[in-house]
Amino acid sequence: MAEHHLTTPLSDADVEKLSAGDVVFLSGTIYTGRDAAHKRLVEALDAGQDLPFDVKGAVIYYVGPSPARPGYPIGAAGPTTSYRMDSYAPRLMAEGLKGMIGKGMRAAEVKAAMAARKAVYFGATGGAGALLGLRIKEARVVAYEDLGPEAVRELTVIDFPVLVINDCHGGDLYAVPDLEAALGA
Amino acid sequence: MRTIPKETVVDAVAAMCIEANRYLPADVLGSFARAKEAETLPAAREIFGQLEENAALAAKTGLPLCQDCGLGVFFVEAGEGVRLEGATLREAINEGMVKGYQDGYLRKSTCDPFTRKNVGDNSPAVIHFDLVPGESLKICMMAKGGGSENMSRVMMLAPAQGWKGIRECVIRRVAESGSNPCPPILVGVGIGGNFELAAINSKKALLREVDDVHPDPEVAAMEADLLASINRLGIGPMGLGGATTCLGVKVKVAPCHLASLPLAVNIQCHSARHKEVTL
Repeated sequence: MAEHHLTTPLSDADVEKLSAGDVVFLSGTIYTGRDAAHKRLVEALDAGQDLPFDVKGAVIYYVGPSPARPGYPIGAAGPTTSYRMDSYAPRLMAEGLKGMIGKGMRAAEVKAAMAARKAVYFGATGGAGALLGLRIKEARVVAYEDLGPEAVRELTVIDFPVLVINDCHGGDLYAVPDLEAALGA
Repeated sequence: MRTIPKETVVDAVAAMCIEANRYLPADVLGSFARAKEAETLPAAREIFGQLEENAALAAKTGLPLCQDCGLGVFFVEAGEGVRLEGATLREAINEGMVKGYQDGYLRKSTCDPFTRKNVGDNSPAVIHFDLVPGESLKICMMAKGGGSENMSRVMMLAPAQGWKGIRECVIRRVAESGSNPCPPILVGVGIGGNFELAAINSKKALLREVDDVHPDPEVAAMEADLLASINRLGIGPMGLGGATTCLGVKVKVAPCHLASLPLAVNIQCHSARHKEVTL
């Protein structure tokens, strides 16, 4: 499994070279967004409005950080469970979204959209909020401040560690549960 | 009759909320170390390494272990000989939780179910009271994250399904949860009671130490069987495969209606954040 250092925004070529299981160190700007922000982003698109950030080549991190302590740019910032963004993700990929960071399984429609639009789903370690928060160098709210922890933040990261869970070639890293072995005897 | 000033409860609860979110329980850390030794897959070992590093960083910096600092869930055993001065016990616990979440830079995660507007102070605390004899006040606090709670279920089985049906439902629930709830998980199982008691018991069971053994040998055998079976699923830490899908299964049994076999499965993430204090 390969190791890559990538800088945002991501291109089709960046995404195409990634395979499930590859370790990626992301640098540059990424955006936070989870349930409530996704609803507003898609409502904005439906209303023909511009999004509050350039989604072309962008990476969205599914996270609602804890408040920053004095002297830190952000609090704990690990991934939230991704399936809740499944109903919104294909629409954002159609607008040019190239990467999503989260944890947990994605719907078939999301994986199909990733293949069609050349996008990638990264996993970060769930529950490692302190470790991941400390890898974020700068953070500022760029939209929906009223949503508090769910506001869209622009994060500056250097070598943020993620793992390719779903690549754009149909690869899926997650283990398939062996129900037969578990239920037997 | 013993009188406890409200402030004693407020301060104790605030401190518990901060500590539960900042320091990984020793029993959980111990289970990580043993599980890491048992794993042969490098990815699984790597996840345990990250979780250990995360625990060390949280303790050192004061950041919470996880950004999802959870709903504040409390199980209270209130002595019948205790009287609180200055507020009701519910008010004091809620005030302590709000203070802890504010002072500890913890994320506030309660919102209106329809508008999704954040309440802003993590209130209301979810509090379960038990009245017990005596003059002491025992408060257990659990910081329960949404990712693991979303994978939990209450199921009303038919009595004919018996242990075989219970076993299958628990295993299938974990299988379907996959990588979503931050495995390796803990599984709380409430068997019997009624709809709400099964749910409460499934969560209460999670207050036990990760590696303790149930005093009833029959229940202990059920827990051991469920743990071994779930670990044969091969979901592994973070869903990347491996021997450790589950760190512990905790069962709590109660009598139920002739017509029913209630079953609740409460999934808890690997960090099992909880804290207990007796005043």
